Amino acid sequence: MKFVDEYRDPVAARSVVARIVDLAGDDHFKFMEVCGGHTHTIYRHGIEHVLPEGVELVHGPGCPVCVIPMGRVDDAIAIAETPGVIFTSFGDMMRVPGSKGNLLGAKARGADVRFVYSPLDALRIAVDNPDRNVVFFAVGFETTAPSTAITLLHAREQRVTNFHVFSNHVTIVPPIKAILESPDLRLDGFLGPGHVSTVVGNRPYRFVPEKYGKPLVTAGFEPLDILQAIVMLLLQIRQGRCEVENQYTRVVRDEGNPRALQILAEVFELRPHFEWRGLGFISQSALRLRPEFADFDAELRYAVPGVRVADPKACQCGEVLKGVIKPWECKVFGTACTPETPIGTCMVSSEGACAAYYNFGRVHREVAVTLGRSR
Amino acid sequence: MCLGIPGQVVEMHPTHEHLARVDVSGVGRMINIGLLEDENVVPGDWVLIHVGFAMSKIDEEEARLALASLQMMGEAFTDEVEALMTSPTTMTTGPTTRGDGERWEF
Repeated sequence: MKFVDEYRDPVAARSVVARIVDLAGDDHFKFMEVCGGHTHTIYRHGIEHVLPEGVELVHGPGCPVCVIPMGRVDDAIAIAETPGVIFTSFGDMMRVPGSKGNLLGAKARGADVRFVYSPLDALRIAVDNPDRNVVFFAVGFETTAPSTAITLLHAREQRVTNFHVFSNHVTIVPPIKAILESPDLRLDGFLGPGHVSTVVGNRPYRFVPEKYGKPLVTAGFEPLDILQAIVMLLLQIRQGRCEVENQYTRVVRDEGNPRALQILAEVFELRPHFEWRGLGFISQSALRLRPEFADFDAELRYAVPGVRVADPKACQCGEVLKGVIKPWECKVFGTACTPETPIGTCMVSSEGACAAYYNFGRVHREVAVTLGRSR
Repeated sequence: MCLGIPGQVVEMHPTHEHLARVDVSGVGRMINIGLLEDENVVPGDWVLIHVGFAMSKIDEEEARLALASLQMMGEAFTDEVEALMTSPTTMTTGPTTRGDGERWEF
């Protein structure tokens, strides 16, 4: 396990942190990590506590569970409660609240809601239950969407007629653009997402430096990866450069996974617009099935309410997702809203900023000491 | 759902080129490798598994790193591994038979 130790080595972390302190000087920098996996690492390892005060991390909208608006959960429940339907979903989505409860509640009321690990499991349920209609609640960025696409290709090939997909797949670039255009947020750069970049590559982020003049560094998930990516961002700024760089070369290639992109394009097309929790409607930011796959499209088959539902007044997920406030600054954080009884989506998923802070925030000061520095 | 779990390819499916048997924490599971079609996956390779699909090829060191990170996640990780281990798709050994008798294969 030598390599692991290398990435957790307090001495190495200390020297990288010293570099950050040195590069940041007396200036203030605000960087956004787009990916929920990064948010998790940051809280898990107390990274915010080893950084100098002038370097602030803002947690972005990169958790696909957290960005699903309440109206879409209501639509999912409406489909699930249609007689004869077996509704399948990843476990993460089961507790996400809609305006009238969540999928677990629908299950308790008698709907046949089943948890699946893979979209292929959902397809298998359809094959095993030819008399029932099986709907798969598809969520996720470009990391997950190719898996749904392959499953649909299989379904078509095997002429399965009782399998439908309720697509809520979203794309990573439009929300970054929306954040860059948001007037209430001033950012100095981005930590680019890890896993989603294995599919899309680094090229789609070029507009960030080119059009908006902000650096972006794709980063890995180890504490040292994050710290090194921050050094790379600061170096760009100090050297007057502004570009897309890749810290996570161990996994991410510039061109991404062309095969996965090709399969995505074969099955999905961009929606004109899609609502994101906290960010509102963003044009061309989500995927729906192409007309060739209309027979598999749950939205065409079922009468879904399709009503936009405003988030509960007390919930400030929107501000958290845009990085305007920190999780603990939300009025209901840890009181009315906890991982057991979440009001907002950020508290549901383990990669949501609120759940990550709730689970690890209280211990991360001690963890920070092992990383070399505490303030 | 967002987690990538590392596994090592043990053998390719004899008749289905997009399937491979992968060792995940000591347990053999069937994984779809269709997304890595152009990457010449061979036994011994390490892959990151996401919802039953190999998402990317990684090296052994990255696999160790990813596993160590995941283990620190506690429940989120054990839930995901349990889901993977009990998924009917990954537990399959190959072709299945359709309810109506017609041959149906993944």
